Amino acid sequence: MDCIRIASGQGFWGDLLTAPVDQLTKGPIDYLVMDYLAEVTMSILQKQKKKDPALGYARDLIPLMEQILPLLSARNVKVVTNAGGVNPLACRDAIFDVARRIGISPLKIGVVRGDDILGQLEELALAGVLLDSMETGDKLATVIDRVSSANVYFGAAPIAEALARGADIVITGRTTDTGLTLAPMIHEFGWRSDEWDKLAAGTVAGHVLECGGQASGGNFAADWRAVPDLAHIGFPIAEASPDGSVVITKHKGTGGLVSQQTIKEQLLYEIGDPTTYITPDCIADFTTIRLADDGPDRVRLSGIKGRPATDSYKVSMSYLDGYTAHATLTYAWPDAVEKAEAADRILRTRLADLGLRFDEIRTELLGVNSCHGPLAPRPDIVGEVVLRIGVRGREKGAVERFGKEIAPLILTGPPGVTGFAGGRPKPSEVVAYWPALIPKSALRPNVIMEEQ
Amino acid sequence: MKVLLLRIAHARSGDKGDTANVGVIARREEYYPFLRTELTAKRVKAHFAGIVEGPVERFELPNLWALNFLLHDALGGGGTLSLKNDAQGKTLSSAMLRMEVDIPPTIILPDEGHV
Repeated sequence: MDCIRIASGQGFWGDLLTAPVDQLTKGPIDYLVMDYLAEVTMSILQKQKKKDPALGYARDLIPLMEQILPLLSARNVKVVTNAGGVNPLACRDAIFDVARRIGISPLKIGVVRGDDILGQLEELALAGVLLDSMETGDKLATVIDRVSSANVYFGAAPIAEALARGADIVITGRTTDTGLTLAPMIHEFGWRSDEWDKLAAGTVAGHVLECGGQASGGNFAADWRAVPDLAHIGFPIAEASPDGSVVITKHKGTGGLVSQQTIKEQLLYEIGDPTTYITPDCIADFTTIRLADDGPDRVRLSGIKGRPATDSYKVSMSYLDGYTAHATLTYAWPDAVEKAEAADRILRTRLADLGLRFDEIRTELLGVNSCHGPLAPRPDIVGEVVLRIGVRGREKGAVERFGKEIAPLILTGPPGVTGFAGGRPKPSEVVAYWPALIPKSALRPNVIMEEQ
Repeated sequence: MKVLLLRIAHARSGDKGDTANVGVIARREEYYPFLRTELTAKRVKAHFAGIVEGPVERFELPNLWALNFLLHDALGGGGTLSLKNDAQGKTLSSAMLRMEVDIPPTIILPDEGHV
């Protein structure tokens, strides 16, 4: 088996819709991997599923499939995605519906289930699986009646199983982003589950691909002016070899840039201790990664070392934790900053007079300090500034009332104010995050194959 | 010579709960030893006074000429809890590059970093 080409099609739900199509049409690939799930997404999807049992997955996938199913079969490209969210079977059925409608057959879809443990929390607790917070050590019992989603991060193994059983498309719920990319390598190269260096190499490749264009010139800090044609950015592609070496590249003729610097920035994105990058598949040591140029827009990764996987899965839970609302008002020259600060004081006085209680009130001046806070020098003269005030509290009523105190500032506060269109700010639910560990022995991923 | 870190390094930041990570990468291999000596966890913590409430941890990645910093309690609660405009700490990378570092003028390329 020669090298295989694994292409990133989406870095998050909401990413560039043309990217997966470009990956399929602008050059050869073998696998298209698409990441749709962030922490907060799972809670939103649970809410959608509660309203309609046929929902709860990343719906963007379905019109995309309508567009690309003919290309996938013509070019023999397989898809691996976590778009299944909290309802991967419904996601599969929606794809089958589309396939029937446009006459794509046969089509074999593998679904990875078992990650959604929202309905099993009490049962697990009775079995001694406590799911205390791994950040604070707090007991799950303190929030269990407010938990809105609970999902285990599975790794590459069940996806590789689905591919081995002949899946053209693999749909998962919560899976590590890196597992989506590693799984095709395990399947194609027959890597054993204790070949830690190779699994670590595939995991590192997955980390590079998991944020889409952020590895190929997007959000590139070293020299953003030097990135050509971001309008037509080519998403990253991993050319993986059986020995565990990987070249990151992108299709010829696309925009963007793959260089050692773009790869380094992505390697450092959202990591902790670089010697111990933990996934269900292995522990990867990012300090062992060696980079080398391999031609234009090609960077080779090699030398990657791994260690045995731990005996736990990570669990991601979300729970409802009060309400927030945000308001913005724009103040113009002269004295824009002083006027915005005066308006903030007036508003806070009125909120206090009303006896409203909040866990936090935060004031930021967009254009002055909302990014770098006290590290940003205070400007002498600005053309305008946006006052942004947010509140958070347990009582929805108080947060709602805050929203009614914004518009009055226009006629009863400092002058030169605009930018208040859009009506009263509405309270939105705070979805707080509860990370925990669960022994791998407490549950098993379940692969379901279906052909149509 | 004191220079802005922006001249000799680039960076990317992101979030994990209420912790932000900032990866700082030397623009050239020759600069990396100065990042190691100048960017101590203690100095970075002092730089972020008023933003980072918790401790700062530092990790070294010499192969990538890079340091990784974890800034704890830096995001106003993190996730949807945070009231910050930059709730995910995406711009803490460039906030880091506002630091000043001491580096011999002889080894800096004159056009480095577009400053």
